[in-house]
Amino acid sequence: MGADALLKLHHLHLELPNGTPLLEDVSLTVRRGDALGVVGESGSGKSLTAMSVMGLLPSLKASGSIRFEGRELLGMKDREWRRLRGVGMAMIFQDPMTAFLPVRSIGAQIDEQIRLHEPVSRREARARTVALLGRMGVPDPEAAAKRYPHQLSGGLRQRAMIAMALSCDPALLIADEPTTALDVTVQAQILTLLCEIRASGAGVMLITHDMGVVAQTCTHVAVVYSELVVEQGPVAAVMARPLHPYTQALLEAIPPLDGPRPDALPTIPGRPPAPDARPEGCVFAPRCRYVRPDCAVRPALREPEEGRRVACVLYDA
Amino acid sequence: MIRSLASRTGQMLLVIFGISVLVFCIFFATPGADPTARIAGRGASPQVVERIRAEYGFDRPLPVQYVKMMEKLFVTRDLTSFVNHGQRVVPEVLQAAPVTLSLVLWAAFFWVSGSLVFGIASAVLRDSWVDRLLMVLGLIGLSMPVFWLGEVVNLVTQSRWHDTFLFRWVPPLGYVPFSQSPWGWAKALFLPSLTLAVCFIGLYARVLRSELLTAMGEDAIRTARAKGAGPVRVWLWHGLRLSWLSYVSLFGLDFAQLLGGGALLTEVVFAMPGVGRLTYQALATLDLPLIMATVMYAAVFVVIANALVDGLYALLDPRIMEGRHGR
Repeated sequence: MGADALLKLHHLHLELPNGTPLLEDVSLTVRRGDALGVVGESGSGKSLTAMSVMGLLPSLKASGSIRFEGRELLGMKDREWRRLRGVGMAMIFQDPMTAFLPVRSIGAQIDEQIRLHEPVSRREARARTVALLGRMGVPDPEAAAKRYPHQLSGGLRQRAMIAMALSCDPALLIADEPTTALDVTVQAQILTLLCEIRASGAGVMLITHDMGVVAQTCTHVAVVYSELVVEQGPVAAVMARPLHPYTQALLEAIPPLDGPRPDALPTIPGRPPAPDARPEGCVFAPRCRYVRPDCAVRPALREPEEGRRVACVLYDA
Repeated sequence: MIRSLASRTGQMLLVIFGISVLVFCIFFATPGADPTARIAGRGASPQVVERIRAEYGFDRPLPVQYVKMMEKLFVTRDLTSFVNHGQRVVPEVLQAAPVTLSLVLWAAFFWVSGSLVFGIASAVLRDSWVDRLLMVLGLIGLSMPVFWLGEVVNLVTQSRWHDTFLFRWVPPLGYVPFSQSPWGWAKALFLPSLTLAVCFIGLYARVLRSELLTAMGEDAIRTARAKGAGPVRVWLWHGLRLSWLSYVSLFGLDFAQLLGGGALLTEVVFAMPGVGRLTYQALATLDLPLIMATVMYAAVFVVIANALVDGLYALLDPRIMEGRHGR
C-alpha cells in the first residue's frame, strides 16, 4: 500500500459525545482503480465508516486518521471539506427514493451539484447532466432529467443517483449498499456500471452485506465485525482461503450453487456484541470456534502474507 | 390541466351552493319563526312587514324564497337592511372589503417574515438559549388575546405615550384609503396589522421550527450535504423546500378566514371599517340581511383560498398532483 493510496483510514475511532464508542478501530486503504468491498453485518459500522470519510457526522468525535490523496481530513475545516465533497469524493446512497429531494426534478438536483463546484451556466450544467444520464444508460435522458424522483423506477433513480455522484468526476466513489433497494436484474446492471467506473480509474468503496456483490464487483475486500476491520485482502485470495474465523464462518453460510443441498446452513452462534458491551480482547472471541486464552488481548491487524491483513492470534508469528 | 381546472371550479361552485343553502336555511327557513319580522327588525310597522313579505316571496314555497334571496344577493344586489334604514347590504360589504384586504395583507407580510426569521433561527440554533427564548416568546404571542393586545397598544400609542417621539407618528384610530394617501394608509395599518400578526407569528414559527427539524433528518438533506452544499443552502434551499407544505396550507386557511371577517376583533378595537367590524355591527343590531351577506362573502373567500392552496400544493410537491388526478 504505497504512496498511491487514494484513501487511507488509519485506526479510525469514532464515538458519541457521551463517550460511547461507535467505531473501534477501522483501518483500510483504497487505491486508484481499486474497488474495496466493505462487508459486515448490519450495525457493524460500515455506513458510519463511509459517512465519516465524507465528513457527514459532525456531531461525533473522530480520532485516528483519514488521509485522502495525502491530505489529512480529520481536523479539516468544514469549509474545505465541503469543497472535497462531490468533487474529490462522492457518495451513492442506499435508497435513491429518499436520498433525492422529492420535490425537485432529478435534473435540477444534478445541475445543482455541478453548479456548486464549477462556474458553469445553467444551460451547460443541464447539457452535462443529460450527457451523464445518457452515459448511465438512462433512456431518453433529456426527458428523464425533467422528471421527479417518484416518476422514475428504482433502477433509473439509482442510475440518476450515480450520475449525480459522478457529475464532478470524483476520484473516490463511496457506494453505501447501492443495490439493496433494487431487484436482482437491476442490481446486476448497477454493479456492472460500478465496475466500469472503477475501470475508468476512480477508486470505489462499496459497502454491502452481500459477499456475492463483493465477488462480482470488487478487487479488494475488508471484513468488518463489531466496528473493527478483522480482515483485508484481494477478493480472490480472501474468497479462496479466508484467514479470519469470522470470514470463514461468513463464507460457509453462503449456500452452495451446485452439489447436494444442505439440510441446514451453518450459522454463527450468538450475536454481535452491543457497542457498550464489547469484549476487552478479540471482539469475535465469544463466538469463535478457535477461541484460546490469548484471545483475551485484542489482536492487532497484521500482515501475515503479502497484501493480506488479518487481526487474529492464529496468525501471530 | 384544463380538465382538472374545470373540475376544481365545479367543485368550488358546488361547495358555495351548499353553503348558501345552509345559510339560507339557518336564517330564514327555521321552523316556527317568521323571517319577515326578523328582517324588518324590532318595532317595524305593519306596512313595512307586508312589503318585505311580498318582496322576498315569504308567502311562497321555500325554493322560490331561496332563489329570490340569492337573486337579491348576487344578481340585483339590492338586498336591503331595514334595521339600518334602507341601506343596501352588498355595496356596504364590498366597500368594507378593501379595508380588510389591506389589513390582512399587511398582517400576512408581518407574520410570514416574522415567523420565517424566528422559525429558522430557532431550528438552526435548536436547544440553545436563543431557541428557548424565541419559543417562549412565541408561546406568549400565541396566548395573548388580540383584543387585549390591541387595547394595550391603543392605550400606549394613543394616550399614554402618544406625545413622546416614539409614537408621535401614530395616526388616530381608523382607516385611510390608499388612493387618498399611500403613506397615511401604511401608517394607519401598521399597528393594527402588527397586533393581528403577533399570535400568528408565534404559531407559525413553532410549526416551521418543528417541520424544519423533521425535514433536516431526512436522507435527502444528507445527500445535499454529501453534494458539497453549504449550511445556508442546505437549510434554506433544501430544508425549507421539504418542510413548508404544512406551513403553506396553514397560511392559506388563516389568510382566507381573516379576509372573510376573521379579523373582527382587531377591526373593532382599531375602528377599522372592514368586513369584520361590519359583521360585528350586524350581529349587535341583529341585521339579518347584512349577517347573511357577510357570511356568504366569508364563505366565498375560504373556498377560493382553499382552491388556491391546493393549486399551490401541486406546484410545491409534484407528488400530490398525481395522487389527486390519478383517478
